[in-house]
Amino acid sequence: MSLPKVSSNPHIRSAATTQLIMLTVILALMPAFGYGIYNFGIRALFVCIVCVATTVISEVVFALITKKKIRVDDLSAVVTGLLLALNLPVSIPLWQAALGSAFAIIVVKELFGGLGKNFMNPALGARCFLLISFPVAMTNFETDCYTGATPLALLKAGETVNVKNMILGSIPGTIGETSMIALLIGAVIMLLCGVIDLKIPASYILTFLVFMIFFGGHGFDPAFLAAHLSGGGLMLGAFFMATDYVTRPTSAKGQIIFGIFLGILTGIFRVFGPSAEGVSYAIIFGNCIVPLIDKFTVPVPFGINPSEFRKGGKS
Amino acid sequence: MKRIAERLYNGIIKENPTFVLTLGMCPTLAVTTSAINGLGMGLTTCAVLALSNLFISILRKVLPDKVRIPAFIVIVASFVTMVQLLLEAYLPSLNQSLGIYIPLIVVNCIILGRAESYAYKNPPIPSLFDGIGMGLGFTFALTILGIFREFIGSGTFFGNRVFPEEYGVTIFVLAPGAFFVLAMLVAIQNYIKDKMEAKGKDTSKIGSGCGMNCMGCPEAKGCSKAEKIKEAEDNDESEEEEKPSEDKEKKASAAEEKEEVKSETSSDEPEKEPAEEEDTEAEDDKESDEEKEESSESDSDDKKPAQNKPSNNKKKKGKRRK
Repeated sequence: MSLPKVSSNPHIRSAATTQLIMLTVILALMPAFGYGIYNFGIRALFVCIVCVATTVISEVVFALITKKKIRVDDLSAVVTGLLLALNLPVSIPLWQAALGSAFAIIVVKELFGGLGKNFMNPALGARCFLLISFPVAMTNFETDCYTGATPLALLKAGETVNVKNMILGSIPGTIGETSMIALLIGAVIMLLCGVIDLKIPASYILTFLVFMIFFGGHGFDPAFLAAHLSGGGLMLGAFFMATDYVTRPTSAKGQIIFGIFLGILTGIFRVFGPSAEGVSYAIIFGNCIVPLIDKFTVPVPFGINPSEFRKGGKS
Repeated sequence: MKRIAERLYNGIIKENPTFVLTLGMCPTLAVTTSAINGLGMGLTTCAVLALSNLFISILRKVLPDKVRIPAFIVIVASFVTMVQLLLEAYLPSLNQSLGIYIPLIVVNCIILGRAESYAYKNPPIPSLFDGIGMGLGFTFALTILGIFREFIGSGTFFGNRVFPEEYGVTIFVLAPGAFFVLAMLVAIQNYIKDKMEAKGKDTSKIGSGCGMNCMGCPEAKGCSKAEKIKEAEDNDESEEEEKPSEDKEKKASAAEEKEEVKSETSSDEPEKEPAEEEDTEAEDDKESDEEKEESSESDSDDKKPAQNKPSNNKKKKGKRRK
């Protein structure tokens, strides 16, 4: 009797490859990207090209220097470049955009071991790097089309804002964050393709809403809450950055804790912080505590008594 | 003379307090926003370190062992006060920019570390030069850090403008930049060290500053010399043990086989001496050999669970040494 031949695991393979997932994300970013170009003019496109080109070149150069396999074709560098560009104001000097892109790939991603090993979202790491390094250029939202502060900064100063414009996106801000509708279209594309699920975005946004109702200073004021939801990078962050596979917790429970943590942090930064925006700092803070969350939410293996497993796990 | 040069080399290169020992990180990260600050902090620490090392070394036979740390602190604090008064008088701008970090030199772990691990055990002159070497190593590291941070962060070199300020990457002047630059410099240093090791040069950390006493040595962990010392100690002990036990073994081995069963069950056997816990493998091997023979002879042994065997061993040994 011959035994059936069994290959080594995994036995069930998903059709999803890194390349395919990244391609979906790029596709999902297109509405926001398109709206950014429409809203801010052709310079937005240049910023994007510079960012994507620099991320790809940095990855190739790093792989050549360290004699690693060049893995640009998994498109993760393109996604990083695109996300970073969408997080920059359109008036940013191009060399700063390039510097940020190189920082994202080399320092945040490759030095920690490359794709899958970075502890922090590269695009957001680079955004914070630029925000600290060039605070003036990074918060200068004056363009040909719009002048003045972002709606969130106005809200913080106690002025009123036009919520309809904020939802549509014809407001000052970074290239990709202004239009809530375009971002939501992208989010729906990713949800339908199964690239992300709602655990992190939903817990993040709901927690943030609850926080704003209690501590925002306006109580349950729909216009105020809508302005905070559609303003700033909340939608971009919640759907595209916090859900990054590498830097989110692995278990379902952990992801919900992660979302709640991000919501509270964002609320704290927006209400009590010195600047009007807090999504990017909240997410990289969250990224840093992901290992801790993972440690406390280890799933119980099938067939093992949960209480015994936890006892064994702790000792 | 040779010893003095060796101390200086050790402090600046081999045991550089910042890059190799990673001591004194607080001032390293906090004050190196510009090259001149780094240099100032380094030289201030160097002065305090050299003088405190000298005095601790002079007083090392007078200081009671139990209160040596408070005594070190008093000595260091006196020098820090003096240096701070001098800075206030002659370099007020530097004093201003270093601020709280000057008084904090009192609790700088490089100074206490050198006092404890070198000056307290060695004569004054080498201690003085150990302090100078370590201080210069610290100064060198802080200045390099400061130069990089100042250059990238604000485009100046010791205050002279190299490129326009708007191209400066401000994050390098702030705290995160200190971590970036320090990490890069340590990485470069390790890279060079690896290259040197590949060429066959000796890069072991501990020079003659080692008091051959790893207890209380802050660098014992990961110290190549500590391992050697421990091995040597183990060998010494095992040699001492080996001789008497071998003699007795011959006599005892015959008697042992008969008494086997008794010794296993009896609990009145004397306790094992603590030193015996570090048994050499050779001894263990012999015993396991004996045990095989014994177990094949006596039926009761075969039925015993495996866990009991180590305790058998202990009891047997205890008996043998009687």
